Amino acid sequence: MYRYDEFDAAFVSARVSQFRDQVDRRISGELTEEQFRPHRLMNGLYLQLHSYMLRVAVPYGTLNSTQMRKLAEIARKYDRGYGHFTTRQNIQYNWPALKDTPDILAELASVEMHAIQTSGNCIRNVTADHFAGATAEEIADPRPYAEILRQWSSLHPEFTFLPRKFKIAVNGAPHDRAAIQAHDIGLQIMRDAEGELGFTVYVGGGLGRTPFVGKKVRAFLPERDLLSYCEAILRVYNLEGRRDNKYKARIKILLHEKGLEGLTKAVEDEFAALDQDALRLPQSEIERIRGFFALPDLPARPAESARVTRRRGKDSRFDAFCRSNVATHKAPGYAIVTVSLKPIGGAPGDASAEQMDAVADLAEDYSQDEIRVSHEQNLILPHVALDDLNAVYDRLASMGLATPNAGLVSDIIACPGLDYCALATARSIPIAQRLAQRFGDGVHARDVGPLKIKISGCINACGHHHVGHIGILGLERAGEETYQITLGGSGDETASIGQITGPGFSSETIVDAIDTVVETYIDNRQSPGESFLQTYRRVGMAPFKEALYERNAGSDI
Amino acid sequence: MDGMITANRLSDGIVVFLDAKGGWSEDFHAGVVLTDAEAKKVALAKGAASAEANEVVEPYWIDLEPRGGRYVPKALREAIRATGPTTRRDLGKQARGQAPDFLKTSAEA
Repeated sequence: MYRYDEFDAAFVSARVSQFRDQVDRRISGELTEEQFRPHRLMNGLYLQLHSYMLRVAVPYGTLNSTQMRKLAEIARKYDRGYGHFTTRQNIQYNWPALKDTPDILAELASVEMHAIQTSGNCIRNVTADHFAGATAEEIADPRPYAEILRQWSSLHPEFTFLPRKFKIAVNGAPHDRAAIQAHDIGLQIMRDAEGELGFTVYVGGGLGRTPFVGKKVRAFLPERDLLSYCEAILRVYNLEGRRDNKYKARIKILLHEKGLEGLTKAVEDEFAALDQDALRLPQSEIERIRGFFALPDLPARPAESARVTRRRGKDSRFDAFCRSNVATHKAPGYAIVTVSLKPIGGAPGDASAEQMDAVADLAEDYSQDEIRVSHEQNLILPHVALDDLNAVYDRLASMGLATPNAGLVSDIIACPGLDYCALATARSIPIAQRLAQRFGDGVHARDVGPLKIKISGCINACGHHHVGHIGILGLERAGEETYQITLGGSGDETASIGQITGPGFSSETIVDAIDTVVETYIDNRQSPGESFLQTYRRVGMAPFKEALYERNAGSDI
Repeated sequence: MDGMITANRLSDGIVVFLDAKGGWSEDFHAGVVLTDAEAKKVALAKGAASAEANEVVEPYWIDLEPRGGRYVPKALREAIRATGPTTRRDLGKQARGQAPDFLKTSAEA
């Protein structure tokens, strides 16, 4: 894991002192709310529906057990005993008092964490594949590059007041788990014909009210040019991005208006004009940062575990867990374990302080002290020996953390929605809860197979509904919650934006409507092995539309 | 036209309602129901003065409607704000008996 050097530590500590002074001045009345708001937002502090909300960055989703225990302690000491892991690999506390926030930030700084640039029109927390550094098919670990980008973008003087927020994601395996094409810049690690490491660069992806899949501006960017090329992109955006209308201010709109060719040319011209040497990454520095993310020393182990095989044969729930929540590790005899924060009927992404402590203990005992947060609102134990799976599973199960549903229909992404969020137009969590109760984590869910349902409680799309295989968007019509369905979205390497089925559904009918969509998929799939997305892409919208609106007359809006 | 003034308390962000004495209460039931334009104007001015005095943040008017013989917030957003998360009955005002008692969770609906 990356460890702060003296610059990082001094910088974060200085920010805590500054914020403490700003909070004191706000409470004493020296600063008005208008004056204070930009300061609190720069430190991740929002005013939400019920209270303040503090958004803490988990850079590229990587945590150690000390940090996780600190998150638990903050939940207990300053909040109401829980936290919410988000689609941005952050954690949000829903109830902190303003007067306590400087102390919370000081506690975070003590474990090398912060809330800087988790809000505001700046470069936000850089995200990465949550299986980074562990997954078998990886080309290279994306986290060293994410860390380099974090250092470059932290308080970058030129990019602190951009037209709008700016999100960067890095993926290091052929399978995109980081949804890079839904980001302002998406970086896919690859090797060129000579075996040199570099990136395919996508620009202009984004969700919100105007969703776009990112477009490829560079097929191959050598790794040494990472910062200069990103600087060129940001500079073009900063100069040409719209500041007259916040809904048209993201780089995706600039790309749309300039066209791919126009934007690519502007970026390449800027790149050519930059002082290349100043930002070129020295190989020694790349290696130094990479050293922080080296694969832990994992003793050699047999590729199969007899005790796991034995238990799978007689414990169907454990077998189900192994099938959905355990992924192949790059080291034989080890596995990546997904800790589901989607218990049936629970709030997606919520974890109690006790659960956070339990995951920290497990990481320390069984996963080389490493934990990951996924943008799908789950936690990951990235380096678990196969022989330890039985013990890890039992301890997870005792804490309600062993739901065997990773990647299945009840592994639903949901934003906080109107239960917490000041911007929301409808509730998200209750819909996720009812859907999970309908589909469960058993035989039916397994028969349905890989299926990503994503729910947003307003058009800002924090729940990524546009890239859900099934997306649900909560809106308000004439005082009532109404839910629009989209189908065929995807956030992986085959990224696509879902298409709206038609008129929306009420809170009462939305779960039946989704059931109809799933049944229509099962009726239309060519074999149990054909996934929902594959079937949708083959048969299109027509059978789903017919089932939703003609056969069942399900819509009531 | 019936309504109430609400805001968030500066120090901890908790939702509060303007009461009959011109102070702020965490309890929706202690909020003063305003029924005419003049009272609304006066109350909004009180709210603004309180914000100016750094007691609360962002005071604003919410519409109320009578239901079951009591006033409740008209908009779902305001009902949830006066109650707490519908998914966690152990949190927010509902856990302290301070909420308008009409909002069902969608599971109960």
